Amino acid sequence: MLDIQKIRSDFPILSQKVNGKPLVYFDNGATSQKPQVVIDAITKYYSEINANIHRGVHTLSQLATDAYEASRKKIQTHINAKFAHEVLFTSGTTHGINLVTNGFASILKPGDEVLVSALEHHSNIVPWQMLCEKTGATLKVVPMDENGELIMSKYDKLLSEKTKVVTVNHISNALGTINPIKYMIEKAHEVGAAILIDGAQAAPHLKPDVQELDCDFYTFSGHKICGPTGTGILYGKEEWLNKLPPYQGGGEMIKEVTFEKTTYADLPHKFEAGTPNIAGGIVLGTAIDYLNEIGFENIQKQEKELLEYGTKRLLEIEGLKIYGTSKEKTSVISFNIDGIHPYDIGTIIDKQGIAVRTGHHCAQPIMNFFCIPGTIRASFSFYNTKEEIDLMVEAVKKAQRMLS
Amino acid sequence: MTIKEIQDEIVDEFSMFDDWDERFQYVIDLGKGLPLIEEKYKVDENTIKGCQSKVWLHGEIIEDKIVFTADSDAIITKGIIAVLIRAFSNQKPLDILEADTKFIDEIGLKDQLSPTRANGLVSMIKQIKMYALAFNSQNK
Repeated sequence: MLDIQKIRSDFPILSQKVNGKPLVYFDNGATSQKPQVVIDAITKYYSEINANIHRGVHTLSQLATDAYEASRKKIQTHINAKFAHEVLFTSGTTHGINLVTNGFASILKPGDEVLVSALEHHSNIVPWQMLCEKTGATLKVVPMDENGELIMSKYDKLLSEKTKVVTVNHISNALGTINPIKYMIEKAHEVGAAILIDGAQAAPHLKPDVQELDCDFYTFSGHKICGPTGTGILYGKEEWLNKLPPYQGGGEMIKEVTFEKTTYADLPHKFEAGTPNIAGGIVLGTAIDYLNEIGFENIQKQEKELLEYGTKRLLEIEGLKIYGTSKEKTSVISFNIDGIHPYDIGTIIDKQGIAVRTGHHCAQPIMNFFCIPGTIRASFSFYNTKEEIDLMVEAVKKAQRMLS
Repeated sequence: MTIKEIQDEIVDEFSMFDDWDERFQYVIDLGKGLPLIEEKYKVDENTIKGCQSKVWLHGEIIEDKIVFTADSDAIITKGIIAVLIRAFSNQKPLDILEADTKFIDEIGLKDQLSPTRANGLVSMIKQIKMYALAFNSQNK
């Protein structure tokens, strides 16, 4: 059993009051809070070893480079990548996806097909649409059902030798559905397509094993896993990263530059032009250490309890409907109350110290599927408690009284 | 009543409330009494940009005054626009144009709103002033 009170004391922000009420932070799907060790590590970096990496021969530069590369290795181990150079530092999931779609612009041809799922965040739709516009490839959508599960029989039918890339999230941000990615990866490979997994919502809850999954790309954000904002990881299989052209030109990504021709650096530097978010990259490693110390099994256990308890308590409210009722689901509850706009509920419960996300969650196609303007989304983290869920339920009930 | 007089009246009413929930409850109740826009005017060009919920606003000249009607799919938004309509509807275009909007700050509503909703409020005022500007230039 986790000592939740002890864990909560690691997060200074959680003891804050908002609008005069104790903060109940249920917007973890948008970003997680940061433990003191992470906050301290940022200060420590800037106080002790700040220098530019991979260039200077001086001691500080060496220390910063070592710390940055050590973090890359740590993340390699965490996701079980074969090589450290398959782990690219990015500014977040969106950056990771755009790096890949940009690379595929030189690979796709008219007539090729890109498969995207109906459950995607805009950041895993729009870059692929832009890619299709650029290359003349066609975007096809794997549909979902009423429970928010992707329909695998339809997926199987959509796959063909025309399919060049498949992209799907590991876990849906709007509904919490855990997608059958292992199956989808296998099937994509059967037709020779590459597959990208958007792990933004999965990385906070589980340890992805990229070799076991056998995905070609896996990307996630640091800020959702207790790390700093503006950090993220793109894992790519070596053969794919070698195949894709660089994303941005600049320093650090070159081998040799003349005005006639430039040759590019080896992996991972080929994709890391310019001075990166050094502190962020290093501290992302600290965040991952923190999560591993708590243990993902413990995290999942706590979050499962919160999901079950939260679902039960919320369903006590008359007229409340939960969107996303898939069998495999993470600790996200997306809901609406009959006849009340989600923004109204969000506004009234915010006044009571409850932080949830309201709106379309950057997943308008999902909202269109259910014919709703948006939902209220409570997303729980391991540092949340059942008592907080009780506070939310009371706040929602009060909102319902005021608004009906 | 002049716009200023109505605004003072609204400020007075809101000053009676000590708590956020009373203030919100009042806004919600005002929303329920909002003069509703006719369905035929619920078109894209009448939506207010910058609001996260859907808001439609329509103004027409009746005699020499602008009469505003509106609607929204969110009740708090309806309440906010009801406050504005009460202050600005049935007034002459020039008076609306010249009217001060400080009363919004005085009723403390803006502080109670999230920044996105507060931006929506600013967009609503802008739209009301745009109607006034358009009708005023027609009069010249």
